[in-house]
Amino acid sequence: MKGRVLQESALKMTPDDNVATVLDDIGEGFELDLDDRSIQFVEDISFGHKVALRAIDQGEMIYKYDEIIGQATQAIAPGEWVHTHNCESTRGRGDLTPEAVDEGDQK
Amino acid sequence: MAITFNGYRRKNGDIGVRNYVAVIPISVAASSITSKIAQQAGPWARATPHQMGTSQPSQSREQTVRVLTGIGRNPNVGAALVIELGTEDIDADALADDIATAKKPVDTVTIREEGGALETVETGIKTAESLNESISNCRRERADISELIFGVECGGSDATSGIAANPAVGNGCDRLVSGGGTACFSETPEFIGAEHILANRTVNDDVREKLLDRVDTREQMAEIMGVDLRGAQPTPGNQEGGLTTIEEKSLGAISKGGTTPVQDIIDYGEQLPRGGGLVLMDTPGYDVESVVGKVAGGAQVIAFTTGRGSTTGNPIAPVIKVTGNPKTWSSMSNNMDINASTVIQGDSLESVGERVFQTLVDVADGERTEAERRRLEEFAINEIQPVEHKLRGA
Repeated sequence: MKGRVLQESALKMTPDDNVATVLDDIGEGFELDLDDRSIQFVEDISFGHKVALRAIDQGEMIYKYDEIIGQATQAIAPGEWVHTHNCESTRGRGDLTPEAVDEGDQK
Repeated sequence: MAITFNGYRRKNGDIGVRNYVAVIPISVAASSITSKIAQQAGPWARATPHQMGTSQPSQSREQTVRVLTGIGRNPNVGAALVIELGTEDIDADALADDIATAKKPVDTVTIREEGGALETVETGIKTAESLNESISNCRRERADISELIFGVECGGSDATSGIAANPAVGNGCDRLVSGGGTACFSETPEFIGAEHILANRTVNDDVREKLLDRVDTREQMAEIMGVDLRGAQPTPGNQEGGLTTIEEKSLGAISKGGTTPVQDIIDYGEQLPRGGGLVLMDTPGYDVESVVGKVAGGAQVIAFTTGRGSTTGNPIAPVIKVTGNPKTWSSMSNNMDINASTVIQGDSLESVGERVFQTLVDVADGERTEAERRRLEEFAINEIQPVEHKLRGA
C-alpha cells in the first residue's frame, strides 16, 4: 500500500497530508502517535473516514495524496473527524456562479 | 516469455474471449422481445435491452447507433441478430451491415413483418439458432495478451477504493500495457480534481488539451445548471463510505488506470485501439452506461472495483469484481472475484496487481466471473443530456 500506516489504525498517504484515513472504527479518546507528537481523537470516527492530523484553519485546504481534496469550512481541531460538515469541494460549484448566487439572494 | 490465453479468432483478426450470439434491439420498443428471444434460445444468446432508439435528437441517435454497432462488433460476439419494431428512425439493415463489416454473420428480424410478438420470438429463436450453428464450430486458439482490451470501472466507491482496489487494478493495467495490450478507464466527472495528474501524463499537447477540454465540459454542466456536484458527486453512498469531495473521489478513481502515459481520450462507445496502451473514454459517471461504452469500444474483459459492493455485470463482456473493503469481501463474497483488501493488512500493491492480472488472463481463457455465474447482465446506453447538447454547440 502507498502511504504509511500509523499504529495499524490510520493511513497517511503522503508526509505533508493534514488528514489520515482511519482503518478501523476508532473511538473517541484514542491516542495516535505521530513522529513528533501525538493527537487524541475528539470523537468516534468510522472505518474509511478521515481524521485531522493537525489544527486546520477555516478556509485552509485539506490535503490527501499530497493533493487538494477540499477546503475547510470551519476551524478543525487535531483529532477531529473531517467530512462534508467541515470540508467542501472547490470544484463543479455551479451554486457559486454569480448567476446562481444572485438567484439565491432573491429567494 | 509471452503470456497467452485461448480465445475465439474472428475472421477480421479480432480475438474474442466468449462466443456469443448478440441479440440487439434497435430501440426500447424491441427490447422486451429481444430479452425473450435470448432467454429462450440458450445461454449462448445474449440480449442487450435498452431504453433508447426512438425519436432521439440526432446526436443522441448517432450515439445509440455507435454503441449498438460497437456491441455487435465486439470480439466476444460471434454473430449478431438485430431486432426492430419497424417504425424506428434507426435503420436496422444499415446497422446490421455495419456490424457485418467486422466479417461476422448478422441477421435482422422486424416485429411488424413477423405479425407480432409471439411470431417474432419464434422467428428470432430460429434465426439465432442458425447464427449459433455458424459459429459453434469456432474453437479457442492461443492468442497473445497484447490482443486484449481491458476496460476498468469503479462503482459504489468508498475510501478503500482509492487506497487498495483501484491502485491494485491499476497495477494490473500497467502489466497489460507493458505486455502490449490496451487498458481503458472512463467517467470524466471523476477526473475532476485529478485532471492535472492525467494531463501531465498525456503523450502530447493535443491529447492534453482534449482531455482538459472534456473535463471542463463536464464541470460546466454543473455550472450551467446552477447547481453544484455536492450531493451527486460523491454520491450519498460514497460519502457514507468516507469520501468527502469529488476531488478525493477522483484522486482515488484515476489510480485504477495505472501509471502509464495517457495515449488518447475518445468518445463514448468509440472504437478502442488494439495494442493501444492506456486510453481514456469520455463517459458520464454512471457505471453501467460507462461499462457499456467500453464494451462497445471493443473491450473483451472488464474489471469493476467496488468498496461498498456492486453486483452489476454485462451481457457481452465478463466483469471481474474487485473490492478493497474487507467487510464487503466477507458480506458479498458470492459477488466478488478479487479481494484487494489484503492491501490494507500489508499485502503489496504489486502482489494484488499480479492477482488482478492473472485473473484477467484466466477470465480471458474462459474462467467465469461471479457476475457471469449469476447471469448479471446490466445494459444501458447513455443519453446525451440537453445541457450537453448546448455545451457541444448542437
